[in-house]
Amino acid sequence: MTAMLEIRDLHTKIGDTAILDGLSLTVGSGEVHAIMGPNGSGKSTLAQVIAGHESHVVTSGTVTYCGKNLLELAPEERAREGIFLGFQYPVEIPGVNNAYLLKAAVNAKRRHNGQPEIDAFEFLKLARARMSLLGMDPGFLNRGVNEGFSGGEKKRNEILQMAMLEPRLAILDETDSGLDIDALKAVAKGINALRSPDRAIVLVTHYQRLLQYIEPDRVHVLSKGRILRSGDKSLALELEERGYDWVREAASA
Amino acid sequence: MSGNSTDIESLVNRRYRHGFVTDIESDSLPPGLNEDVILALSAKKGEPEFMVQWRLKAYRHWLTMREPAWAHVHYPPIDYQAISYFSAPKSDADRPKSLEEVDPKLLETYDKLGIPLHERAKLAGVAVDAVFDSVSVATTFKSKLKEAGVIFCPFSEAVLNHPELVQKYLGSVVPYRDNFFATLNSAVFSDGSFVYIPKGVRCPMELSTYFRINAANTGQFERTLIIADEGSHVSYLEGCTAPMRDENQLHAAVVELVALKDARIKYSTVQNWYPGDENGKGGIYNFVTKRGDCRGANSKISWTQVETGSAITWKYPSCVLRGENSVGEFYSVAVANNMQQADTGTKMIHIGRNTRSTIVSKGISAGRAQNAYRGLVRIMPQAANARNHTQCDSLLLGKNCGAHTFPYMEIRNPTARVEHEATTSKISEDQLFYCRQRGISEEDAVSMIVNGFCKEVFRELPMEFAVEAQNLLNVSLEGAVG
Repeated sequence: MTAMLEIRDLHTKIGDTAILDGLSLTVGSGEVHAIMGPNGSGKSTLAQVIAGHESHVVTSGTVTYCGKNLLELAPEERAREGIFLGFQYPVEIPGVNNAYLLKAAVNAKRRHNGQPEIDAFEFLKLARARMSLLGMDPGFLNRGVNEGFSGGEKKRNEILQMAMLEPRLAILDETDSGLDIDALKAVAKGINALRSPDRAIVLVTHYQRLLQYIEPDRVHVLSKGRILRSGDKSLALELEERGYDWVREAASA
Repeated sequence: MSGNSTDIESLVNRRYRHGFVTDIESDSLPPGLNEDVILALSAKKGEPEFMVQWRLKAYRHWLTMREPAWAHVHYPPIDYQAISYFSAPKSDADRPKSLEEVDPKLLETYDKLGIPLHERAKLAGVAVDAVFDSVSVATTFKSKLKEAGVIFCPFSEAVLNHPELVQKYLGSVVPYRDNFFATLNSAVFSDGSFVYIPKGVRCPMELSTYFRINAANTGQFERTLIIADEGSHVSYLEGCTAPMRDENQLHAAVVELVALKDARIKYSTVQNWYPGDENGKGGIYNFVTKRGDCRGANSKISWTQVETGSAITWKYPSCVLRGENSVGEFYSVAVANNMQQADTGTKMIHIGRNTRSTIVSKGISAGRAQNAYRGLVRIMPQAANARNHTQCDSLLLGKNCGAHTFPYMEIRNPTARVEHEATTSKISEDQLFYCRQRGISEEDAVSMIVNGFCKEVFRELPMEFAVEAQNLLNVSLEGAVG
């Protein structure tokens, strides 16, 4: 097992407010990690810092991805290197065709890897195959990016993008939030289908219920910007039963 | 996101791509305007008496007029006596009869602009009446058009060869007294295009004119007249680029469209004149009067414009919906960047019964630019069941630009239905980050979002123009992120 992502003693702030406060995390290829924690613990911040959102300033610590210093790369470079962020709130881009965005994204990555660009015909074939895997209506491709999508459609669209971009490291930020049980199952099915020995997946989630459908290798509990406790999937069940206060108390004891 | 404003500036500050001047001797009149200049101008063109008289009438009326000040634009006073009112390539004496005879320097200019005239015309099936400065130097595909009975020629030729048509329709849509700039144009117009589509004819190809302002200090006064006779159809494309210049160049064109019963005219413009540098120095003043008259029943006139250039744009392509059931459309994308000022929109004048109009205006502002939409929808008392739908959207890039909307509605018939929708939005950081997280560069993301914003208008453009328009937009806004 090689460490794909290695975060050491990471401190960040947004404006004057410190958010991550000495966070360390190691994720290996083929693994699925779940990051859990109460509201405001820094889960989404972690996801955004890895993706390179510029509102977060890294004050100290290191993030190494596939042997590279990730913090030196622009968000688009990180994406082309195989980092994918599934957004908690996917943004609407009116008038921009879903297929157009997807094709541009796929080709940006292919150019980066020195591969020829995918043509329209090949692209459609690939997109249709991925969509049927996720049980999505092909009409999706011709709609504006997330324009007028339901919550479930938006999240499913994120998974479609992930399936098309075939990332090495996927961070899925509260992909389960706002989904009814059927949508949750569909999204989980999609994520499971994308599990692979070459790919690491980090699930950022509030609740244990997603983990009923996607079995994580490791579970981490985040509070006040650092990881308080790590364990296997049983930690998630324990959390569900005993609540986050239990971890906090245990940590401060 | 930090550092965005500098990104915007660097993107916005790209040098104008088409900034060069072709070294051809110009046969110009000295600067200044008086009746002798008009007589000389007219004599150079060998115009018939009616034309001279019309010019003089316009000039005398112009002397009584004042430059309008109501538009949301600012510029130093224009010295109309400092402008030269005629400039033609030196080789005017023996005008070329075909492309082979055209001054090779001219052809080089077209190459620089990416318009290999002959190839392009043939490949795209487009007949090009190329206007270089004031005199049209090349007209292609004439014979094919002639077969169909279509007249497509430089305006000055039409004055000589089709005086009866010119006399009948010239000024019938935009009278010589219409407004300050149109009146000036009527007095001194240089050249332009003339189109006549006979009854029942569908013009077999898109008609296209590329404009280019070249000689320094030469105000250019194009005059275009398109007549679609009963039941005919025509699509006309107009596109332009201009060389980089320090002097402000005045451009006051007039376009008149006449659609008779059951006729359709589609007029598309891509305008990319030099907008001036980042401080607003140089750049074209574009004061244009464009108006279409749906004179016959069931006629239709559709304006589509993509305006990315000029320091100042003052332009309101309009439709007079006179015929019953006639239809007017206006689709516009106006981009203003750096110090550009755009005050543009349309007028829809509903006179006939059951007339319909649609207005879709997309304004994009970046840098320190000001972009105004100004539109008038007038429903006259006799226009029963008239309908209008107006949609007016503004997109702001950066913090220092402005968007303004001035919709006017005058409704004098109770059966009218008039709708107006307006939105103002910004490209959000969230949208940009989303695209970048998918591996798309900031520049490409901006152009993608902007193109999405303009989609409804681009859809109306003829295919080859739509591609050109998108490229133009990308060049105009590269790096304009906010």
